[in-house]
Amino acid sequence: MSSLFDMPSYVQSSYLGLVSVQLEVSLGATLTGLVLALPIGQLCSRLPRFYPPVLGLVTLLYSIPSLALFVLLIDVFGESETTVFVPLALYSLAILVPGVVDGIRSVPREVVDAADGMGYGRARRYLTVELPIALPTLMAAVRVAAVSSLSLMSIGGAIGNYGGFGDLFLLGLHFFNDRLIWVGLVSLLVLSILCDLVLRGVQRLLTPWARSLRSVG
Amino acid sequence: MNLLSYLRQFFDNPNFQSGYDSIWNRITEHCEYSLIALAIATAIALPLAVLSGHSGRGDGTVSAIAVIGRAMPSLGLLVLLSVLLNLSLTVTMIPLVLLGMPPILLYTHAGIRAVDPAAVDAARGLGMTPWQTVRQVEFPAALPLILAGLRSAAVQIVATATLAAVVPFGGLGRYIMDGLYQYDYAQVVGGAVLVSVLCLVTLLVFWLLDRLLVSPGLRSR
Repeated sequence: MSSLFDMPSYVQSSYLGLVSVQLEVSLGATLTGLVLALPIGQLCSRLPRFYPPVLGLVTLLYSIPSLALFVLLIDVFGESETTVFVPLALYSLAILVPGVVDGIRSVPREVVDAADGMGYGRARRYLTVELPIALPTLMAAVRVAAVSSLSLMSIGGAIGNYGGFGDLFLLGLHFFNDRLIWVGLVSLLVLSILCDLVLRGVQRLLTPWARSLRSVG
Repeated sequence: MNLLSYLRQFFDNPNFQSGYDSIWNRITEHCEYSLIALAIATAIALPLAVLSGHSGRGDGTVSAIAVIGRAMPSLGLLVLLSVLLNLSLTVTMIPLVLLGMPPILLYTHAGIRAVDPAAVDAARGLGMTPWQTVRQVEFPAALPLILAGLRSAAVQIVATATLAAVVPFGGLGRYIMDGLYQYDYAQVVGGAVLVSVLCLVTLLVFWLLDRLLVSPGLRSR
């Protein structure tokens, strides 16, 4: 059992090291994307005129190949984790901004009016009314963004040792070691499934009313 | 400014002006890989999705395939296949085709499902056969979404065809990989910019197709 996860000497980190780098960079990038997407999405739903150009811009960004963006950013950040982190955060915007906008649009007008009628301020209305109702749509987008970040990050293996499990793909190719490639692929898939499950769990915890509604009706 | 000087260096390099490593040859190779992969992916996925959308079955299967498609690391699959099987262009095509299929399936299925049922009922009432209904009513009405799926597949395939150079085949990824190995950053920048431009051109082509092919009646909505 231990032999399967033992890394040969040409892999520059242990199995657990790869897991932590993979999670840190791809989930960190998704989180950064979310922090950026929330205000952008809020702006786009308040001023609908801005939504088509913003959507066009993030789609345009998303269509730049990840390998190309990674290598272009070597010039800016050097061969480092940041070089992989920044494109992943930018790519996640293409999934998260529409997610935030659709989520906020799914809040019924009457609910917003009711909150206003109860004297809620803007910030309070946003945090306690709009955001929770938008949460299911938002979380669906977050799950997609997290899973695609995890798999996109593996391309980072091509620019050095910054691809998490992607490192194993290229090292496996160069040293003709198919065990490494299998370990990388399976680990990445398992990690994606686990992330999805954990995020589903988070969503359930954050929206307790959805659970009680389902058990009643 | 830095980037521009790298680009000038790349385009001035006589090695990339003619012969097998010429820019034109690499672009042709890249387009060739992408078009073959897109054609195969479309030939498999489009009829299946039209069928499943028309019959209204397989919602769960289609969305599951879409999720798997997003989670699949194409680099890993490409490398695995080329280590396990013999190196050949066919092997390189497999991940590209697999990458292109989920968006085509997802969007086409959703597009056909979203066609106004009243229009389909009217077609049936006019005595159209199921084939005529698909061809003359459902397909044209779903065309914007079908094209969106093809566009998403095409952009991803063009972007990922870069990885063919890892295995190692040609295409524009050749410049990126060779440049990285030879510490020739101008070559890396040249390849990256060319492949990004090719992706943007792909977006543009599909935007034009959408303008040309989609019935104007659908756009006014």
